[in-house]
Amino acid sequence: MPEREITFAQAVREALAEEMRRDARVCIIGEDVAEAGTPFKVLSGLVEEFGARRVVDTPISEAGFTGVAVGAAMTGLRPVVDIMFGDFITLTMDQMVNQAAKAHYMSGGHWKVPMVMRTTLGATRRSAAQHSQSLHAWFSHVPGLKVVLPSTPYDAKGLLKAAIRDENPVVFFEDKMMYKLKGPVPEDDYTIPLGVADVKRAGDDITLVATSSMVQVALGAAIMLEKEGLSAEVVDPRTTWPLDEKTLIDSAKKTSRVIVLDEGYGRYGVTAELAAVIAEGAFYDLDAPVKRMGAMHVPIPFSPPLEDATVPTEQTVFEAVRLMCKPA
Amino acid sequence: MTTATSKPEVGRGTVAEKEKWLRAYRQMVSIRLFEEQVNEVYTRALMPGLAHLYSGEEAVAVGICEALRIDDYITSTHRGHGHCLAKGASPDRMFAELLGKEAGYCRGKGGSMHIADPATGNLGANAIVGGSVGIATGAAFAAKNLGTDRVAICFFGEGALGQGSLYEVMNLAQLWKLPVIYVCENNLYNEYTRYQETTAGTILGRATAFGIEAMSVDGQDVRAVNEVATRLVKRARAGVGPAFLQCDTYRYSGHHVGDINREYYRSKQEEQLWKTDRDPILVLAKWLIDQSYADAASLDRITAEVRATMESAVKFAIAAPYPNVDEVEKHVYA
Ligand SMILES: Cc1ncc(C[n+]2csc(CCOP(=O)(O)OP(=O)(O)O)c2C)c(N)n1
Repeated sequence: MPEREITFAQAVREALAEEMRRDARVCIIGEDVAEAGTPFKVLSGLVEEFGARRVVDTPISEAGFTGVAVGAAMTGLRPVVDIMFGDFITLTMDQMVNQAAKAHYMSGGHWKVPMVMRTTLGATRRSAAQHSQSLHAWFSHVPGLKVVLPSTPYDAKGLLKAAIRDENPVVFFEDKMMYKLKGPVPEDDYTIPLGVADVKRAGDDITLVATSSMVQVALGAAIMLEKEGLSAEVVDPRTTWPLDEKTLIDSAKKTSRVIVLDEGYGRYGVTAELAAVIAEGAFYDLDAPVKRMGAMHVPIPFSPPLEDATVPTEQTVFEAVRLMCKPA
Repeated sequence: MTTATSKPEVGRGTVAEKEKWLRAYRQMVSIRLFEEQVNEVYTRALMPGLAHLYSGEEAVAVGICEALRIDDYITSTHRGHGHCLAKGASPDRMFAELLGKEAGYCRGKGGSMHIADPATGNLGANAIVGGSVGIATGAAFAAKNLGTDRVAICFFGEGALGQGSLYEVMNLAQLWKLPVIYVCENNLYNEYTRYQETTAGTILGRATAFGIEAMSVDGQDVRAVNEVATRLVKRARAGVGPAFLQCDTYRYSGHHVGDINREYYRSKQEEQLWKTDRDPILVLAKWLIDQSYADAASLDRITAEVRATMESAVKFAIAAPYPNVDEVEKHVYA
């Protein structure tokens, strides 16, 4: 029987629905999450099945309802907060960074905050500077938080279910350009543990470490490279924290060349951290410095040719690999 | 489900009434003498960091917490010792926490501003001004969602009126009729600035704008605080919705233990007036004696007993070991 294929958005919805059926404590809190099913229609149908007590529409108060989720998580619920655009996490920072991330530690292990924040990342949707950022590095920087970056429908379902079952605050970033991406997703109940990288494609000549939206870009570049006789391995860490350092380092040692790809800003960002981990762990096996590719260090512009220039593409990755593997 | 019951309401002139207010008296004295010891330990350079003393404001914490069950929730502030003690924390483990010892409520990892204790419903003191308004509202959200009849109390100073998140969660609480009571302790100063310089309009107007039941009470009169708190808690427990209680009060000491020279923002006369005319412990003592529930000697005995408890709590904390250094990486994740 051919495997069932569904979209990334459907995979997210299925994970939520399954977890809400499994555990009555799981609830969704956010703006336009109920009848509207969010602007991306990711949650359509959930309020019909679970009712308004568990799929809770809120006012436009990101700090307020994120704080409510923190308190509710401490006292018996397992809230999944919906932050429509990743750019709006700025409004939730105190709740996530000073409250959710620290309650367990500061209380000497007495309180727990089992909550998930779902939000988005990714540019090229022509949404301009305040609706296009990929700010997952911010949360990855904070001890006490876990950060998940699914790159396929399969990973989205398994990782979200694991995130909901986790006893810690977990931030789950969905690439909004990927919602319509289709892929095989089992109908069964499965989880993917947080902190386990996935080799999305095996190869010998170079390792492309890629996250979220950049995984598809790396896979596309790998096909182009094949025609050039270059074999690229694509490794997806899937979570920036916890981080599966070993799989990254092992792949780097095997291929001896690495490019790290992530849609966040490169400066002081996820690519910087991953490159450092690989450089420290595989230095003597590397034939070239680890290269980083991410969003340009500019606010994301509106104009399509400008916006397109800010993020790595299959073509730019292809060229970067060729330069690294076959210096002129 | 827990089986905790509400503290019984007591009739006037009954033994129960006498016991209730003698208990409240002991609690207020406990907070006062706890803070006295904190200052002492700080002065002797035995305490790492600073602490914000609650002395002068005891009637608020005690009046409110006397209206609660053990399984009701509180969130507290940087000035939190009084709230934690009134909710049932034990002084020895509190002192241990203040000194960073393993026997402390947070294994020494929280300190003065982060005492937390699930056993007494204490969701934690919070060093971000206004930082716990979401947590308290969330606890009320969970109580309602899970069908328990627990109530959440959100203590904060009037300085937190400057934080926007308070207005976000009050809006939510009223929309969803959550069992949360916002207790604004107006001690007149946001740190070193008179609150009138930072607060436009009225305090209660902020809550009534959302249609929230709002009132103010003399925060130096524990009986008045308790009477209104009892009514608001009952109302919240019955599902009627949130409330906002402004308690007018005064902190006797500096903003923190190191704030010694205060005359640039408030006068010694003002401080003295509150201490002589409106001291919450003296106010209750007078009433207890007027009712013939106590005499000066019996009240002195209470004070002596409490003092002994606090002194031994300090001794316990000083003697207690620090956590092992490998504790540093524990509890980052659950
Ligand atoms: C978000 C934030 N801003 C500033 C501070 C520094 N700070 C600590 S206490 C305080 C004043 C608080 O005044 P109030 O809320 O009235 O409480 P009180 O100290 O009078 O009990 C300030 C500004 C802080 N801890 N958190």
